[in-house]
This record gives sequence, structure tokens and C-alpha cells, in this order.
Amino acid sequence: MTEPARDIRDFILARYPHVQLDDDQDIFEIGFINSLFATELVMYVESTFSVLIPNEELTLDNFRSVRAAADLVQRLTDPREAVS
Amino acid sequence: MPAVDRGDGAFATSGEPDAGNQHMSTVGVVGAGVMGTGVAEAVARVSRSVVLVDVSADALERARAAIHRNCRMGRLLGTDAADPQEVLDRIETTGSLEALADCDFVVENIIEDFALKAPVYAELDRICPSGTIFIANTSAIPITRLASLTTRPDRVIGVHFMNPVPQKPAVELIPGFHTSPETLAATTALLAVMGKQAIQVRDASGFVSNRVLMLMINEAAFLLHEGTATAATVDEVFRSCFGHPMGPLETADLIGLDTILLSLEVLLEHYADPKFRPSPVLRELVNAGCTGRKAGRGFHHYSDVSSSSTPRPLELT
Repeated sequence: MTEPARDIRDFILARYPHVQLDDDQDIFEIGFINSLFATELVMYVESTFSVLIPNEELTLDNFRSVRAAADLVQRLTDPREAVS
Repeated sequence: MPAVDRGDGAFATSGEPDAGNQHMSTVGVVGAGVMGTGVAEAVARVSRSVVLVDVSADALERARAAIHRNCRMGRLLGTDAADPQEVLDRIETTGSLEALADCDFVVENIIEDFALKAPVYAELDRICPSGTIFIANTSAIPITRLASLTTRPDRVIGVHFMNPVPQKPAVELIPGFHTSPETLAATTALLAVMGKQAIQVRDASGFVSNRVLMLMINEAAFLLHEGTATAATVDEVFRSCFGHPMGPLETADLIGLDTILLSLEVLLEHYADPKFRPSPVLRELVNAGCTGRKAGRGFHHYSDVSSSSTPRPLELT
């Protein structure tokens, strides 16, 4: 597991400690995590990983799972991704 | 019925403010608190220029940050495609009321304290052209009383915006005693551009919404004070039994307990009816700085000030 994935997972579990969570699970399909929690996740990701998420990446799909959010962090922090 | 003074005709000669597309109105917003920030955002989102004024540079900075954050969240949730930077670029922030000299409308959002609002109306009246319409965004103070502070009572009108302003689809629209039909029409047109349905009511302290809501919140606070139920239980009754999206104490936290207290005091002063006497627990929380969601604590605790998650209940001992 990458470090961003671990941090993101910990953030979700800190709020919802009773959730059984794997990295590919759709957190919005669990039922009680609503889209508004995604707004907190956006702020968490930006402040924790010192990234600014551009408008075109601001979609719920990028925060739907631990892996999706971690992949986003990877894209925004890896200069090779930025070029490609 | 007494004759209504329609003014000196300056409204017509100086050009009627037109909220439609032919003339892109500039809207001044006084006060960068929760409501003023929301009004500035809602106006800027529909491509109008905004001049946002507050004496506090910190408040203006917080307003810009909040507007940027809200616009981004709108994109995230797919509810709004506005470019956050473009919205911000339409908003000029300043500490000087003089910057409102070219505005077609000025929306006043000062805290619900007549003594604080009064000198600002006199200043606005001096600074703004005679055609500028003053919109009082108040939750309890009679519009006619505010209009009496100006030389243009025909161009003063009340709009009770709801919080959060950009998301709420309707407002209370309150003509004062002297408000002209032209002012009413121009304001209704501006609200339509902003996507707001205007529900017109007569001018009376608290209008419809807060005349009822403040009493409900206050009575819920008395229940808490008496130990009849916890804050969480009170809100649960309203959500689960009545199907309300939020209970009265959650709603109070969202509005701000300082605003609730001031509104009750205005209602108490205006009607001289003891039913508006504020609950001691409400006054205590405000004195303690626990003014609701914006402070991280009110009737409930909030782990993140910007959080919209379910609040944890405050247990009074």
C-alpha cells in the first residue's frame, strides 16, 4: 500500500471507524458516507499532500475509493504524470 | 390611507437599475460575514460584478477563501460548473464604503443590531447615487425603520436571504411602507437572475420565517435547559418524526447562536411580548463564544468548522 493510500484510509476510518474498508471499495456505496464527506476528503488530500486539485480533477470519481484518491495524489505529485 | 411619497423622480432620471442582461448591474455587498459572503458568491456566480465591503481585512480574506472553496465543492458534486477563479475575479473586496458609489444595488448584511446598522445606512445614502436600491438583508428588523434612516425610503427594500445563500432557492421579499413598485420590480428581477424565488410578505418584525422559527428554536433551547431531552434527541424528534432535514438546534447552529439571540432580542423589543424572552442556555452559549457551526461548537460540537457531517450532541450537565 502506498503512503497516500494509507493516510487516506486512516482519514476515512477515523470518521467511520466501524467500516470494513478495502482500497477499491466505493465509499459512497457503503450507504452512510455521503457526497458531502467527499468535500472534507478534498480538503484533507490538499492539505496533507500539499497539492492543489485542478478543476478538471474535481470529480466524485476521484474520491470514490481509497485507490482512486491515492492515484490522484500520485498524478498530482509525480512530474512524469504531469507531462504525459 | 396616507399619501406615499414616491421621492423626487431621481429613480427614473438616473436610470432604473435593471437586473436583466441589457445592463450588467454591479451589486455592492456590505458585511463579509456568513450571509454577506453567501450573497456575494450568489451574485458573482451569475456573472455580475460585486463590491464586497467589510471593516475587517480578515473577514474579507475568509470570505474569498470560503467562496473559492464553495465553488470548488459545487464542481466536485456536479451541482455547479462555475469556474472558481472566474467567480472570485468578479468580486472586488475593500474596507471602504466609498467603493459602492457606482453600484446599482447595495445589499446590507450587518449583524442584527440596529445601532450598528443605522450609521451605515446614513453613509450609504451619502455615497450612493439616488437611483441605487438598498436591500436590507435582515432577519427581524422592520424595513420601514431602516428606510427611515435614508433620504430614499422608496428605494429601500428587505430581502431575507436564507443560509447558505447560493444553495437556497427562495427568499422572503419585504417592501417597506414607502417602497416603490419600481424598486420592488427591479429587486424581483435581480433575485430572478440569481435564481431565487421571491416570496413577498408584509413588513413586520421577524416577517414570517423568523417570527415562527425563532420561537421554535428558543423553545427547543428551553427543553434542553430543563433537561427534558438532549440536543441530539430534540433534533432527532424533528428529523425522524416530522421528516425535517434538520432539527431546530442544528438549524440554530447553522444560522449562528449570536444571530438567534439578537433576533429574539429584536422581536422582544418590537412586540414587547415575553414569549420572545431568550432561553438562558442560549445566552450562556453565546457568552461562552459557542456560537454554532462557525465556532466549532454550539448546541452541538463540530470536529471541522467546514464540516457538514452529523454533529455530535452537546450534553449539558
